[in-house]
Amino acid sequence: MKLELRGITKRFGSFVANDQISLTVEPGEIHALLGENGAGKSTLMNVLYGLYRAEEGEILLDGTEQHFAGPGDAMNAGIGMVHQHFMLIPVFTVAENVMLGHEKTTFGGRLDLASARKTVLDISARFGFHVDPDALVEDLPVGVQQRVEIIKALSRDAKVLVFDEPTAVLTPQETDELIVIMKQLREAGTSIVFITHKLREVREVADRITIIRLGKVVGEALPTASNKELASLMVGRAVELTVEKEPAVVGAAALVVDNLSVIDIHGQIVVNKVSFEVHSGEILAIAGVQGNGQTELTEALLGLQDRVTGTITLDGKPLTGLSVRKVLDAGVGFVPEDRQEDGLVAEFTIAENLMLDRSTREPFVKAGSLQLATLAEFAEKKVAEFDIRAQGITAHVGRLSGGNQQKVVLARELSRDLRLFVAAQPTRGLDVGSIEFVHTRIVETRDAGTPVIVVSTELDEVVALADRIAVMYRGGIAGIVPGDTPREVLGLMMAGASHAEATGESAVRTA
Amino acid sequence: MSEQIPPRGRVDPVAVEEASAPTTGETPPDEPRSSAFLRDLMGGSAAISVLAVVLALAVGGVLIALTNEDVQSAAGYFFSRPSDMFQAIWDAVFGAYRALFQGSVYDFRRDTFAAGIRPLTETLTFATPLIAAGLGVALAFRVGLFNIGGRGQMLIAAACAGWVGFSLELPYGVHLFVAVLAGVLGGAVWGGIVGLLKARTGAHEVIVTIMLNFVALYLVSFLLRTPVLQAPGSNNPKTPPMADTAVFPPLLGPAYNVHAGLLFVIAATIYVWYLLGRSSMGFQFRAVGENPNAARVAGINVKNVYVVAMLISGGLVGLAGVSQVLGTITTGFGSGIDAGIGFDAITVALLGRSRPWGVFFAGILFGAFKAGGFSMQAAEGIPVDIVLVVQSLIVLFIAAPPLVRTIFRLPTPGQPAAPRSKKKAVTT
Repeated sequence: MKLELRGITKRFGSFVANDQISLTVEPGEIHALLGENGAGKSTLMNVLYGLYRAEEGEILLDGTEQHFAGPGDAMNAGIGMVHQHFMLIPVFTVAENVMLGHEKTTFGGRLDLASARKTVLDISARFGFHVDPDALVEDLPVGVQQRVEIIKALSRDAKVLVFDEPTAVLTPQETDELIVIMKQLREAGTSIVFITHKLREVREVADRITIIRLGKVVGEALPTASNKELASLMVGRAVELTVEKEPAVVGAAALVVDNLSVIDIHGQIVVNKVSFEVHSGEILAIAGVQGNGQTELTEALLGLQDRVTGTITLDGKPLTGLSVRKVLDAGVGFVPEDRQEDGLVAEFTIAENLMLDRSTREPFVKAGSLQLATLAEFAEKKVAEFDIRAQGITAHVGRLSGGNQQKVVLARELSRDLRLFVAAQPTRGLDVGSIEFVHTRIVETRDAGTPVIVVSTELDEVVALADRIAVMYRGGIAGIVPGDTPREVLGLMMAGASHAEATGESAVRTA
Repeated sequence: MSEQIPPRGRVDPVAVEEASAPTTGETPPDEPRSSAFLRDLMGGSAAISVLAVVLALAVGGVLIALTNEDVQSAAGYFFSRPSDMFQAIWDAVFGAYRALFQGSVYDFRRDTFAAGIRPLTETLTFATPLIAAGLGVALAFRVGLFNIGGRGQMLIAAACAGWVGFSLELPYGVHLFVAVLAGVLGGAVWGGIVGLLKARTGAHEVIVTIMLNFVALYLVSFLLRTPVLQAPGSNNPKTPPMADTAVFPPLLGPAYNVHAGLLFVIAATIYVWYLLGRSSMGFQFRAVGENPNAARVAGINVKNVYVVAMLISGGLVGLAGVSQVLGTITTGFGSGIDAGIGFDAITVALLGRSRPWGVFFAGILFGAFKAGGFSMQAAEGIPVDIVLVVQSLIVLFIAAPPLVRTIFRLPTPGQPAAPRSKKKAVTT
């Protein structure tokens, strides 16, 4: 089916999220929609899916104009969406999820599960998905859950499939598998819109690329375009894709983690006998797919986890069992992975957020009273130093962009005397410009002799920053490897292979 | 789905350029302070509070008209003489609200100013415990806690202050001070139990406070039948009167009921203002209230904050109980001494948006309703319940700010209705 969007304009108040966007997706084509966070990609797709009504413009399918009042209309017209955050019910089986919203019933209103099961098996067989229709969705790995979403869309006879940032949650291997699936779907004649901000995937799978910036189409490109060309179109200026850094000047071991295990509130062992060292002046990257214990590991370092065994020492002093306050006082700087949930108080001003983890003593507090003048002076200085773009230091942090929010967190954490810096997912959800800034700051911190731990699920980030890489898999460390380890090896290790296995296999592959 | 919400922080230089062009008539980027203030007022919830009161009074007026007998009989011949009905409606509503005003602010029918102003002092008397308890509830709100336990905290505070007030013999000044202290501590302990249970066991404060209300009620009822609180030689569950040395002195002389408890309440308001806005402890309170996760990660001891906040909250509510037994009803009290103030305090805190001075004025407004409600009933025969309806409607309208905004066509705060300068500044 041929999909055409003509002059779509969507406004929120006076903010123009989509400005005269036109797009044509030919039948059997993978059309990548490339743009930074906030460029208007998802808004456009929500217009297409009937979730938003556009002020101007029209949607055409095979040349006939469509009017979607809601997702139901879009689905009936043959548009399917694979959402970034899966719209599945965890406690339902695959078949139940697939039939949800389109339940067929037999006599007396009984659900016709048999036909749903058959649909799942048919589509699975057609594309080689290997999905068990009776499995509970919550038991399935993320990659398989995504296939359930795809099956769900295909079961409604979707001729146009929209993938909204589909690789954000996948391992590199799962991403490769998804790319194969997308190519299969293309062969079967499905038109695909592939929304992403990851350049590598685009070049691997797309037939055509449309780049969106600030709500406007800024260019079209073919997959033969270079990363640098695509990135500069996306950001609107030339960008440095690699991080400039000198070789690490490695000092003595500062942080020593020995045999650390963490048990979560459900009684599960989420970090399993992890041991590693971080030396002063080096960046240790902790790689791994989301949910393999990295979150709990960083929380344990900070004293946020209650049930911890093993020892953590920083410069010879034990950190295990200390309160968060004491850990912070010992010189640990921490950038939490969810900055809005754990790093910032959205309703507080920039200035208030800058004193959040120094709320009890000088310089911001004297005799129990806040020193507002000192705080204001400090905040002005940090806003300038970290280039935080806001109306002023009294702007509420919740209203800043993700990049500026992260700068507030960095400004706060890096303005203390640090003995260790832990940054979890420091660039998640940030645009290319902010990523550059954050990476530069992290490298500067390392160069100042501070040991740094960077936790990231993005291989690009791991490779760009790391002096050494620890790969986590199912709560354990699959191996600690040098910073220049090839991506394929890291990918295999993230899926559970040991370093030896990973290098062995990759040798066979390249042979 | 980060792009579903219009990303406020991000900038569209083109949009901003267009918007700041003079022809579009949008707010210029360097707007004066006053207009920024006005915008905050209009967009913020201060305006919502005021408009909720206005709306509630309007709906209350409709109810007064509907239930008025004159209006009903005039409606019977509406088509022959419609003016009669409008006259009747006007008389009923105007009469009711005039009585409310005369009962709560100034009575024009009196000859002297001293007599005319008496209703206002009554309002302040009623407002005294409402403000104290409202401050307690508001403080808990700011920490993210719902303190429904005002009744229990007031009863315990009243029992403690009352016991000190009638059973000890101490000199002037000292006696009052000790009694106030005992009451505030009693309320603080009763509130602190809640904080402790929440911090230690994760028990939900709403359930705990409600249950502790019953514990306090029956505990005090029991004590009122034992020699601890019961007046000697009496069979009524009522305490003996307070010693003169323990009673709040009248502020404006014996002709008026308003007592020195009001001074304590003003001091409490200033204290809460300092605590929340200027102190390290208040900073931690607010951080925990807005985002306990971030507070915890920033090294704030969230559990401690819960305990301390509930102690202070309970203490402030306790002050309301103290003001009841040492100021308003000094002739001895029974188990109904809380007079529903513990619950009204929730409304007061909501109406005052949990800001200390907001609570102060909301408390005075509710004091006026209480003082005026009685005179409305006496003068116009309108049931005092209508005042309760108005109070309840206020809560309803405050709880539904989008409704009020729709009715008055106010801008939604935070919506990029007009590109403001903050938007312009943010580029990444």
